[in-house]
Amino acid sequence: MGIKWDEILITGDPIILGSQIAILLTTLGIIGGLTYLKKWTWLWREWITTVDHKRIGIMYIVAAVLMFFRGGMDGLMMKAQTSRPEMSFLDAQHYNEVFTAHGVIMILFMAMPFLIGLMNVVIPLQIGARDVAFPQLNALSFWLFFSGAMLFNIAFVVGGAPDAGWTSYFPLAGKEFSPGIGNNYYAISLQIAGLGTLMTGINFIVTILKMRTKGMTLMRMPMFTWTTLITSVIIVAAFPIFTVALALMTFDRLYGTHFFTVAAGGSDMLWANLFWLWGHPEVYIVILPAFGMFSEIISTFSRKQLYGYKSMVVSIVAIAVLSMLVWVHHFYTMGSGALVNSFFSITTMMIAVPTGVKMFNWLFTMRKGRIKMTTAMLWSLAFVPNFVIGGVTGVMLAMGAADYQYHNTLFLVAHFHYVLIPGVVFAVFAGLYYWWPKMFGFMLNEKLGKWHFWLFVIGFNVTFMPMFFLGLNGAVRRAYTFSAESGFAPLFLLSAIGSVILAAGFAVFCYNIYWSIRYADRNISSDPWDARTLEWATASPVQHYNFAKLPEVKSLDAFWYMKKDNEGLTLKDEEIEEIHMPSNSGLPFLMCVAFGIVGFFLIFEWHLLAAISAVLIIAGLIYRSFDYNDGYHIHKDEIKKTEGAWRKMEGKVNNHVS
Amino acid sequence: MKLKMLSLSLVTAVSLIFLSGCEMVVFQPQGPVARSIMELINWSLMWMLLVVVVVFGLFGYIVWKYREKPENMGYEPPEEHGSTVLEIVWTAIPILIVIALTIPTVTTLYDLEDVPAGYEEKEPIVIHVTSADWKWIFSYPEEGIETINYVNIPEDTPVLFKLTSAGTMQSFWVPALGGQKYSMNKMETELYLVADNPGSYMGRNTNFNGRGYAQMEFEVLAQTDEEYNAWVKEVKETAPELTEEKYMELLKPTHLGRLTYSNTHLAWINHAEHDSELVTDPEDYRYHGYQGKIFDQEEEKDTTDVENNEEDHGGDHSGH
Ligand code: HEM
Ligand SMILES: [Cu+2]
Ligand SMILES: [Cu+2]
Repeated sequence: MGIKWDEILITGDPIILGSQIAILLTTLGIIGGLTYLKKWTWLWREWITTVDHKRIGIMYIVAAVLMFFRGGMDGLMMKAQTSRPEMSFLDAQHYNEVFTAHGVIMILFMAMPFLIGLMNVVIPLQIGARDVAFPQLNALSFWLFFSGAMLFNIAFVVGGAPDAGWTSYFPLAGKEFSPGIGNNYYAISLQIAGLGTLMTGINFIVTILKMRTKGMTLMRMPMFTWTTLITSVIIVAAFPIFTVALALMTFDRLYGTHFFTVAAGGSDMLWANLFWLWGHPEVYIVILPAFGMFSEIISTFSRKQLYGYKSMVVSIVAIAVLSMLVWVHHFYTMGSGALVNSFFSITTMMIAVPTGVKMFNWLFTMRKGRIKMTTAMLWSLAFVPNFVIGGVTGVMLAMGAADYQYHNTLFLVAHFHYVLIPGVVFAVFAGLYYWWPKMFGFMLNEKLGKWHFWLFVIGFNVTFMPMFFLGLNGAVRRAYTFSAESGFAPLFLLSAIGSVILAAGFAVFCYNIYWSIRYADRNISSDPWDARTLEWATASPVQHYNFAKLPEVKSLDAFWYMKKDNEGLTLKDEEIEEIHMPSNSGLPFLMCVAFGIVGFFLIFEWHLLAAISAVLIIAGLIYRSFDYNDGYHIHKDEIKKTEGAWRKMEGKVNNHVS
Repeated sequence: MKLKMLSLSLVTAVSLIFLSGCEMVVFQPQGPVARSIMELINWSLMWMLLVVVVVFGLFGYIVWKYREKPENMGYEPPEEHGSTVLEIVWTAIPILIVIALTIPTVTTLYDLEDVPAGYEEKEPIVIHVTSADWKWIFSYPEEGIETINYVNIPEDTPVLFKLTSAGTMQSFWVPALGGQKYSMNKMETELYLVADNPGSYMGRNTNFNGRGYAQMEFEVLAQTDEEYNAWVKEVKETAPELTEEKYMELLKPTHLGRLTYSNTHLAWINHAEHDSELVTDPEDYRYHGYQGKIFDQEEEKDTTDVENNEEDHGGDHSGH
């Protein structure tokens, strides 16, 4: 096998040594803590083997927050390195690894799981269902994502981190120019996580199409459900492209084929095309659910129905279709000719039209409303102007000829952060403040929330606004340093200062979670925001079967009208029936371990070991095929007791909103 | 509070534009190509500013007017589903704006493919650009000279850059003179640039290609015709000859200063040709971390090179 033991751990860099020690200590701390508190069985039973969509959602969110921390640290390290000209905090290689890790982690291991986590928690509730269509598959999705994410995250201490950018362009990412195994991490761990995402897409399409409660027609679905449906469709359309691209990349790197390597007639441009055929829809995969969450929150806190619901639906469908037709705008400069570039300039600019429609619909939802400035609403409000900046610069970049001057500069970096941070990060923060009480039965502190909000939003603008001007002045992306003569220094410094403010905002957010877990009032209403959709029609935290009696829907904003007409809110004893629920399963977690092992061996190119351990995966599949366990029933008494407990409390709760 | 913050950041942003806008390289074009792109950018900026003003204005007005305050706690918002007329309006206006932006975008895209307007009658100078890790190699086939990391051109003359790469993908960008284009191995892309005036302009790679990427810059020196011709003559007379071995040495992943030669490498290899061989050596790219397997490349090595090939790839280089 020829394992080179001395090369496995990365040595010789103090920052990496520090991380290795920190990782070791944290792992020991977690293991020690769990053992000391005798929490192992609890962890296994309640979380690791769960198939409950709410718990899976929460695990996604926890993982995403941790990944946000990691990706954010990477961002800060880059900002520290470029805060002054000719800094020597990170060397070129290290900077390359850091921005690669940052890009991949932020998009695939932060934004995606955060949104998928919220989708998991909310969607079955919003459509009045008891779980997703395939609960165990859902758990497998999570564990595959987790497996991929963990593999990717150990790269920088074990074997070497990928360093060809999150786009991993060939020829650079091929063996001819990156012989280390770092980029194998990219190919393998994204493949594993991507499989999980694909399954999520399928699961949510089926869930939303087949499991809606009585009366919920497609045009009565809440906007977040709509955007999740369309997102899932894009996932199913786009992720297979990435799967194939990554598989070909794996063949090139591990087995010496030449799909993308220039050496024997492979095409580097093929990779760029395949990557962006997935990559552009991917940005809409993360932006559409965010749009849906803003729609819910803006409507709730303006106390008004979403304005132009139908045109909102048409817009997201139009965006989804267009998102598959614009990928070439990422490489206008490849010289494909004026005709091709004109076509893709036009399709790209056309996306601005449905997006504009949505913008105005949100604004008009608020008009004549009564806008309550909760933290969740503040994030949604800040989204509007900040995203407009991202949007208009996007239109500027869409203009092929102008892009010849913006391409690969910090103007582009500023643009996509202005889209991704207001579009996705503001959204998940808004969603977290909004649905937190539903998940945990207590609220996040609103006062700390406002500190979090202001620091983050101001810090964000101070960090990224200067980058537009740096880019127009010739500063390129992915450069680890710049010269003093370039004149970039003041704006780079300003941007670095901004990132510190941003980080302070994130710190307040973490403190808020800690504070609220310890001190927040547990005695709150199951509908603290006076909201409009069905997830608020049941207990907080939601009982594991979601609804004792499945609600019936007569209109859009079903819960709002149930409250208004005082209809369907109570539960009579004779309405209670036994509920059928799926059993827990340890298999998804074991598959995570199996995929992790196989992936690790493949990354190190120990093919024999990989082949042997692949038996584990096959064994798991076989085991699953013979698994006849079809769940269990919850007895009426238990339901009666659970329902009695939370229904009795309503009316005696404290209000923390106004 | 919110509004104040917003207007404050707006004012700073706008004043920043005016303070630094006039100095930014993209807004200081030194040739017709960059100028036409800047005109397109300015046209789009105008429209985008309009969008920003309208949306920000509407946003500020609505949020301020309808915010919850103690006086309006009793107010229950009306039920409202939408308005077809309004929705048509805010679909139509963006479409019009997109059309207004599309037309000049398309015409500029087509113009940029050709010799810049007004220079058609002048015979363009052809310069082959070969990018390698991490240097720029400029070959003047007519003049028979080769320069590394700098390129001299006569002013007011269209220059046709024929771009290719000896390995990784790069992007050739001289922001003061015009937009960028990729250079790719086994591929040729073309870019016309013209400099209005004598002067020195920064050029660089914008497409990430590994450790040496940040410093992969070059200088474009635009000269008067007399100066340029004198320079060519001088190079022909005084610069050393480039040999094939020397050239292969240059292609290794290194930073070089400026170099000048009195012949071009095109005599023995043009990396733009589809069947040109990839002459870089993966062994030179071994860096830190765990090393994976490198595959034999005998398929694409041409036959005359077989012994050499054995030597290059057979040895054990794992000590890097
Ligand atoms: C939280 C604060 C953040 C900071 C301080 C930050 C900072 C940065 C910096 C400095 C770069 C590299 C610029 C360069 O090319 O040299 C970068 C690149 C990038 N960022 Fe962020 N970022 C943040 C958040 C995010 C988020 C939330 C996302 C996505 C959801 C994101 C996605 C990316 C991507 C995709 C890249 C490109 C990586 C590449 O070039 O391969 N960032 N960011
Ligand atoms: Cu795109
Ligand atoms: Cu090409």
